[in-house]
Amino acid sequence: MSELITKSASELADLLADGQIKSVELTRAHLEQIQAVNPKVNAFLHVDADGALAAAADSDARRARGEVGSALDGIPIAIKDNFCTTGMPTTCGSRMLEGWVPPYDATAVQRLKEAGLVILGKTNMDEFAMGSSTETSAFGPSRNPWDLERVPGGSGGGSSAAVAACLTPLALGSDTGGSIRQPGAVTGTVGVKPTYGGVSRYGVVAMASSLDQPGPVTRTVLDSALLHEIIGGHDPMDSTSIAQSLPALADAAQRCDVRGLKVGVVKEFGGEGYEPDVEARFAEAVQWLQDGGAEVVEVSCPHFEYALAAYYLIMPAELSSNLARFDAVRYGLRLGDDGRNGMEAVTAITRGQGFGKEAKRRLIIGTYALSSGYHDQFYGSAQKVRTLVAGDFDRAFAQCDVLVSPTTPTVAFKLGERTGDPMAMYKADLCTIPSNLAGNASASFPIGLSAAGLPVGLQVIAPPMADDRCYQVGGFIEAKVESDTGPLLAKAAPIVGSKAVW
Amino acid sequence: MMTELMEFNEVLEHFDPALGLEVHVELSTASKMFCGCSTEFGAEPNTQVCPVCLGLPGALPVVNAKAVESAIRIGLALGCEIAPWGRFARKNYFYPDMTKNFQTSQYDEPIAFDGRVEVEVDGESYVIEIERAHMEEDAGKLTHVGATGRIHGADYSVIDYNRAGMPLIEIVTKPILGTGAKAPQVARAYVALLRDLMRALDVSDVRMEQGSLRCDANVSLAPKGSAELGTRTETKNVNSLRSIERAVTFEMRRQAAILAGGGRVLQETRHFHEGDGSTSPGRSKEEAQDYRYFAEPDLVPVAPSKEWIEELRASLPEPPAARRKRLAAAWEVDEKTMAAIVAAGALELIEATVAAGASPQSARKWWLSELARRANEAGVELEDLGVNPADVAATQELVDKGELTDKLARAVFDGIIAGEGSPTEVVERRGLRVVSDEGALGEAIDSVIAASPDVAEKVRGGKVQAVGALIGQVMKAMHGQADAARVRELLLERLGVG
Repeated sequence: MSELITKSASELADLLADGQIKSVELTRAHLEQIQAVNPKVNAFLHVDADGALAAAADSDARRARGEVGSALDGIPIAIKDNFCTTGMPTTCGSRMLEGWVPPYDATAVQRLKEAGLVILGKTNMDEFAMGSSTETSAFGPSRNPWDLERVPGGSGGGSSAAVAACLTPLALGSDTGGSIRQPGAVTGTVGVKPTYGGVSRYGVVAMASSLDQPGPVTRTVLDSALLHEIIGGHDPMDSTSIAQSLPALADAAQRCDVRGLKVGVVKEFGGEGYEPDVEARFAEAVQWLQDGGAEVVEVSCPHFEYALAAYYLIMPAELSSNLARFDAVRYGLRLGDDGRNGMEAVTAITRGQGFGKEAKRRLIIGTYALSSGYHDQFYGSAQKVRTLVAGDFDRAFAQCDVLVSPTTPTVAFKLGERTGDPMAMYKADLCTIPSNLAGNASASFPIGLSAAGLPVGLQVIAPPMADDRCYQVGGFIEAKVESDTGPLLAKAAPIVGSKAVW
Repeated sequence: MMTELMEFNEVLEHFDPALGLEVHVELSTASKMFCGCSTEFGAEPNTQVCPVCLGLPGALPVVNAKAVESAIRIGLALGCEIAPWGRFARKNYFYPDMTKNFQTSQYDEPIAFDGRVEVEVDGESYVIEIERAHMEEDAGKLTHVGATGRIHGADYSVIDYNRAGMPLIEIVTKPILGTGAKAPQVARAYVALLRDLMRALDVSDVRMEQGSLRCDANVSLAPKGSAELGTRTETKNVNSLRSIERAVTFEMRRQAAILAGGGRVLQETRHFHEGDGSTSPGRSKEEAQDYRYFAEPDLVPVAPSKEWIEELRASLPEPPAARRKRLAAAWEVDEKTMAAIVAAGALELIEATVAAGASPQSARKWWLSELARRANEAGVELEDLGVNPADVAATQELVDKGELTDKLARAVFDGIIAGEGSPTEVVERRGLRVVSDEGALGEAIDSVIAASPDVAEKVRGGKVQAVGALIGQVMKAMHGQADAARVRELLLERLGVG
């Protein structure tokens, strides 16, 4: 049993700094928890125990010499399986890349290594990040630590489940339409989608290039801020990366003060399709902000209604192009190469069998949306909606410092519940998609539980490069939840075999 | 199957040709279009590659600023407008030489557009309007191993991705009309102009045989006087100036024969065959792919500032037409001669030869006659003959000093082309120096006079012009290694009429 593994990364960093624990000990505790719990939650697709212990030993040696790499030196972390990692497979949850070991590290991964973090392994995800439940992963779904019959959200359900079940204090995710925030909301963890361009996409296997944004997945707001500060900032390898330096995020996370902050409640996020418990918890959180001295106003974003439809044209269009490289010629899966089939046939057979159903659905939609004669009608119209959505945000931010909404309309749904109904699945991202379309900063913070005891998340949206405002609100909300009820995750029914002690 | 062709002159009685030329220029930047890999030609296959140009999952492109600068300079030199803001686009299609299965190119927002250049053919000037010049990346190089060397019937294929991601500028003309019988020459002159321009700008090696300048020639015919353009064919990868002229001629003759026979020209891409100058069908455009273009989301728009554009404009080299005028005046040649020089691809060569010390007249003489003839015989461009301007200047210097005759100089060029070294080395090796040993010459003259007493008598009798026959015999006896003027002098002296 371990009390270490329920601690936040910042607490652990203090223990490491004080010499009370060693990174090797910490890493071993997490590896033991992974061994005990991962068979139940299927959060990790690959665990690199040897590599992690070696990195931990390096960290301890560094610390002994007085050369600490960063605030999080020696802290374990898990990485979503769409970040390229040398020495570890990168599958993107797809058969297509099963066993593929990249020859290079993603910029975010490289920065983690330079900062001395200990990489435990790679986490499960919907195939190429297409889904809201991890059920499209070729390697089986991950499970929600709050209820193993429920989904941990998606696409980054492996990272959120790993963090929630204390398999790791930190994880990396990527968010194209909500893949960090929605899993955060349904697992009671913190998930941040930074401003587009705030964290380098270099080495993150692309789903939809104009929407993808890597970000932190953690149990506390401060941990996300610390991790964000390590992975964020300009990268010359990503030309969409923002040159301007990041605002002070960890400071904002610790401010615990929302006095004078103008908070806009987006009118369009609520009503039909929203669970009453989700709306109730959201209303309470808004009240906390008001009680804390924030000025709450209602704002209207009329074009958000069309955001989901626009997203499901833009995302598949870009994806259809990004996934074209998986052709069995250079790397990854190759099927049907029997000496008789030509190259085109081998490509077709491999793609036919290597991609799952959801991937094929989106490839077909995207190819169609871009095709000559339909391009303007579909892709072109969707881009116009995107501009209108961004305009809604501009008007709202002229009035407010941040916008708030429920992160997702419902609590975690059951495995299999939505697999036959793509529209129901897509609606899980109803509230998160507009931020991806506009490229602003957005995060999800736990605010409480439904009557059935399942977590509910608050989404906080800030203008581009004002990510600090998300952390400021998140830190305040977190403190309120902690002082009222203690850490939310401590309320989850323990998983059999778990070594976590709260 | 023999392709039916109409006589070229007959083609022009019935049809008006329209041309459209798409030229790809590979930039000579140190690194590739979107990554830091080297662009050096001829490296071991797949050694100049990285995650970006290999299109590995997760890799992202970053635009090479030097390539943008070259693109703008090219655009300005072509008289184009420069777009203040433009995005790259993805051109989506599956082919194994494309690592991402899309090409990062520019589509509806080219960096340069609406330009014009003038070319001269036989003293007549033709305006060629430039539709656009845009940036894109090259694909890898496929080699099909098997009996045919083509993809069909290949046992297997190998790919070299060193070329993948090399920076290219594609320059596209608007339809070129009204060239009539001169169409093939106009096409050639245009590509020659582009080559000169790229060289003057120092943006590309423009080595056609290495593929750093490649031309696709669109040709169509319309009934004489018709306002509408006919169906065009696109002959791909025509890779020498001579081939461009031949390919356009062939397509005009082929299409004319089809149209005259009541047939329909298929819109298709065609391959050019160097051997017999013919073209054959490639992929049919009627089953052409839908490229599903969209703005490249991985790149930010290229937005050159006005100041930068003006700075680049101010630093442009002298335009080729102005340069030709200047050189024509300096060399004292007329327009027609200058046009011939340009058409032969000899402008730079003559300029460099003059710079190396030869007189304009001698430099022109060698390049346009002797060397042009050899290039033509060998089927290569003048510049690829293997003789450089310094060789020509050095050879001429030997002639000027009286150490070589023109005839011997020709033999020197033979030696240089055969790879025997510099002019002096060839002279030594082949023993070509003019014999100034008056003793040996005297002996030869004496024996010729002795062998032709009749002719000698005529000369003595005052018919001086008859000495020519004797000079010829002496030169023959000397294996050409004598100065004919000196031989004449000595002969006349000996025959008492000097």
